Amino acid sequence: MVMKIGVLALQGAFIEHIHMLRQIGVEAVEVRLPEDLEDLDGLIIPGGESTTIGKLAVMYQLMDPLRQFAVDRPVWGTCAGMILMAKAIGMDQPLLSVMDIVVERNAFGRQKDSFQEDLYVKVLKNGDSIPFPGIFIRSPRLVQTRGRAVKIASRADGTAVAAVENKLLATAFHPELTSDTRFHQYFLSLIRQ
Amino acid sequence: MGKNEKNSDARVGSFTVKSGLAQMLKGGVIMDVVSVEHAVIAEEAGAVAVMALERVPADIREHGGVARMSDPALIKAIIESVSIPVMAKCRIGHFVEAQILEAIGVDYVDESEVLTPADERHHIDKHAFTIPFVCGCRDLGEALRRIGEGAAMIRTKGEAGTGDIVEAVRHARTVLGAIRDLKAKPDDELMAYAKDIGAPYEVVKQTKEQGRLSVVNFAAGGIATPADAALMMQIGVDGVFVGSGIFKSDNPALRAKAIVEATTHYKDPKILAEISQNLGEPMVGISVSTLAEGETLADRGW
Repeated sequence: MVMKIGVLALQGAFIEHIHMLRQIGVEAVEVRLPEDLEDLDGLIIPGGESTTIGKLAVMYQLMDPLRQFAVDRPVWGTCAGMILMAKAIGMDQPLLSVMDIVVERNAFGRQKDSFQEDLYVKVLKNGDSIPFPGIFIRSPRLVQTRGRAVKIASRADGTAVAAVENKLLATAFHPELTSDTRFHQYFLSLIRQ
Repeated sequence: MGKNEKNSDARVGSFTVKSGLAQMLKGGVIMDVVSVEHAVIAEEAGAVAVMALERVPADIREHGGVARMSDPALIKAIIESVSIPVMAKCRIGHFVEAQILEAIGVDYVDESEVLTPADERHHIDKHAFTIPFVCGCRDLGEALRRIGEGAAMIRTKGEAGTGDIVEAVRHARTVLGAIRDLKAKPDDELMAYAKDIGAPYEVVKQTKEQGRLSVVNFAAGGIATPADAALMMQIGVDGVFVGSGIFKSDNPALRAKAIVEATTHYKDPKILAEISQNLGEPMVGISVSTLAEGETLADRGW
């Protein structure tokens, strides 16, 4: 059976995730309405504007189905997706609150401060020796991981930028904008677990 | 805001992070706003970014005279009032206006034909900036010249401030149609083609290989209804700019929200029917066919 992964397609960089999933041999579909969540083995919440994605998710009654999905199936949020998965962000906007993490939006500044930095991520294949290209765009950061959430990637200065909690994964950066498929492979390994 | 110390290995302003921000805006609506109050309404409606300016294009038309970059104080006030990215316009070729916009922390500069051009031959060297630029185009040659100069995002021009979708459709179909034709061309014809359309050869070649513009492409200029936004999305653009169409209508908050929903659910006529109901009057608009020569903004840019 080919694995089938949904990508939340309310707004943002969902095509990039879909292309990368197809490249590694997975069936990938766009999710816009609650019924699109049926039969999926996992879900990616992409980068985009977290306020826009959150508002559209509320309007189209996706918040509870997404929370329900995250109870027993793997979900990965990149950038805006990480914000939506957080328990707290210190601002008033719709959140799924499915991961025990505290996140700060736009933590590194405005677009002129957006940056690229190589990350060494142990959980990835050859993650100790081959750096992963981190692309940070008006990016959030992890302020705190609590409970079973553990950080899995940090910048060289120690700022935490990725975490995993059981089968839930959050990254502040954008693996879908690179040609390195290791993070997507890692997400598949969480699904297979 | 808890800003972190910059890491010495971190690289800012790469083309990947410039064009990457546009990738994050895809499937979204960028709204023109002229005040903090408008900006808050736009964010609340689900805009992915706002364009901060002193007058919407319909009022620029009416006002006449020279249209310039907006007052930095207004732009800064808007930056302070919302959490989404803030764009602002500079005149074509006016690189000092662009430097000022970069200095005050604008996230994207629109080198725009809506303002009065400052240079009748040259556009800005956009590679020289840390912040990204979006530029207008009417055809593939113009789009690829702008990408050659460093634009990290393209928008088809349409005819700003009219509420008439006809030019937006013309320009989007022209660009997307030319890319379909380009894909069918053998490699040995690309140099002559590049010469014909006045575009850099390398960018022409890259566009053929990718089968699309190498950067995100939004539609602009004349979008006034949810159906207009969905039309442009179905034609094949990545998202929409709405200028005068929202704040020149009867009920801006309602219309803004409906256009956001239409841009997400653009393929679903049932949802489009529902969100198009009871929005109040759209902007009155001007039919582009009644504009005299010299009154069109899209002809600015070279």
